[in-house]
Amino acid sequence: MSNHDLILSTPAPARPWRERLGSAMPLLVLGPSLVASFVYVFVFTGWTLYISLSNSSLLPTYGFVGLDNYASLWANRRWNIAYNNLFLFSGFYIVGSMAVGLLLAILIDQRVRGEAVWRTIFLYPLAVSFIVTGTVWSWLYNPTDGIQAMVRGLGWTNFSFALASDRHYAIYAVIITGVWQSSGFAMALFLAGLRSVDSDLIKAAQIDGASTFRIYRKVLLPTIAPIFLAVAVIQIQFAIKTFDLVAALTKGGPGISTTFPAIYVYDLMFQRGQIGEGAAAAIMMLAALAVVLVPYSLWVVWRRRKEAGHG
Amino acid sequence: MGDVSLDQAQDRHAATVAARRHFLTRFVIYGLLVIFAAIYLVPLLVVVLNSFRDQQEIARNGLISLPRSFRLEAWGQAWSTYCIGGTCEGMQRSFYNSLKMTIPATIISTVVGAMNGYILSKWRFKGSEALFTCMLLGVFIPGQISLMPWAFILGNLGLSNSTYGLIVIHVIQGISFTTLFCRNYYVSIPDDLIKAARIDGAGFWRIFRKIILPLSSPILIVTVIWQFTGIWNEYLFGVVFTSGQQQPITAALVALTASGTNVRAYDVMSAAVLIGALPPLLIYLFGGKYFVRGLTQGAIK
Repeated sequence: MSNHDLILSTPAPARPWRERLGSAMPLLVLGPSLVASFVYVFVFTGWTLYISLSNSSLLPTYGFVGLDNYASLWANRRWNIAYNNLFLFSGFYIVGSMAVGLLLAILIDQRVRGEAVWRTIFLYPLAVSFIVTGTVWSWLYNPTDGIQAMVRGLGWTNFSFALASDRHYAIYAVIITGVWQSSGFAMALFLAGLRSVDSDLIKAAQIDGASTFRIYRKVLLPTIAPIFLAVAVIQIQFAIKTFDLVAALTKGGPGISTTFPAIYVYDLMFQRGQIGEGAAAAIMMLAALAVVLVPYSLWVVWRRRKEAGHG
Repeated sequence: MGDVSLDQAQDRHAATVAARRHFLTRFVIYGLLVIFAAIYLVPLLVVVLNSFRDQQEIARNGLISLPRSFRLEAWGQAWSTYCIGGTCEGMQRSFYNSLKMTIPATIISTVVGAMNGYILSKWRFKGSEALFTCMLLGVFIPGQISLMPWAFILGNLGLSNSTYGLIVIHVIQGISFTTLFCRNYYVSIPDDLIKAARIDGAGFWRIFRKIILPLSSPILIVTVIWQFTGIWNEYLFGVVFTSGQQQPITAALVALTASGTNVRAYDVMSAAVLIGALPPLLIYLFGGKYFVRGLTQGAIK
């Protein structure tokens, strides 16, 4: 309508006006997403940071208390357990899922029959939620109904397997389940890497008479080294955010033995009404992520520049 | 003569040794694959079998044993009559809630991501790379950081405890991912194609419709699958921002398995777990190729 009026009153500038609209179109379409992302990344983070420095309890209030929330967080035994668990879990989980994933990738890489079937089997846990995985594994760990009961039923009546209900070992139940869920992911990435290695390299090694084992150790694995780092970084990221798996598997128990930072944040904010301290814990999670991701991204950028320089 | 036959015998001997070694390595490879496949499949098998077994039989023989009964009732109960925290309507409501949340959030975030990716790869402007990097940061922010701000915003919009609130969250959170996927794919479409179209007088929308969109189906499938499974499986926002009848299926599953106080109804719970796992599993089985592609792309880039 207004467009039409414009053309009637001033015929000449009509085209530039439309052209200007045309050239502004990309920004107009992109605008809302940019604003939303900006708010999501910067405003939300700043907001939570501010709450973490305030005396908020049940509702956010904005009395400034400096680092008090951080001090009481680090003085709390449960937070320290959560933080220790995070380190323990990350270490075993990353090494475990990468080792299993690499083994599976190498096995599948031996020109096995029915490759697609094997891959489908090893990857399906990834499609399912951690809630489903955690729930099912909590049944398997249950001493009276699960694995222990089955083995005892077979005759070993002294067999004991009660990982998840023992507070010293429950964290290993979480680790095993985590590795089960995500080693297929490591496998997929490693396999993609192995397949992308230049086949001339392999042929040259074969002509030199190198054994398969040697070819993997000396040629293939060094070539896909960057993938190891990528997988590790992704897994650490996941480990820091771990919430669903523990919520469904052990609910942080027995007692507080499998508390994770993400579980603790949820508890502080929504069960105990200590929003300030909960926000402080969330900021600590972000800090942990940054410690991993910032050096990694810098390294990736540096490597790309170097490659571009050589190429 | 004698030497030759000796050589032949040695060759033959070497050949049988090599064949035996080859057989042995093959045996080890397939053996290991079968063992691992069993470890991956047994939990699924246990749940599937238990959803058809009689509860009394499960209580007697444990979860992991061969079925001696077959019944379908658990599925009906899990779907429509089992009681979770006082309301007895099974999983059906939370299943619909999840659909009502996942489908719109997937479509909106994919469309927005495709447009963003198109602009950030084919209509670059000064500073667009920097803006793209900022958007990417959204991929890494842990959900816990945004809980309080979302609680405040949803409360003010009147969207707390509603599926619509979750849609808003998942769209905004998903944009970083979908933009990343689409942008990285569109970068590989030759710029000359776009230039030629522009010389012919095609504008922003026309180029998108006539050139970009027809080439987009692989990346759109990857994005839709990624978003659908991710949103369907999400738990943190579901449990924080909804309760009772508004809960998505992940939150309802946790409530269901926590509610069994005395005798655990493993048969019904197994069926319920499968109902919750089925949509993403089906997508994985039918779109596996795209699922894996999304996984590796999202990870490496």
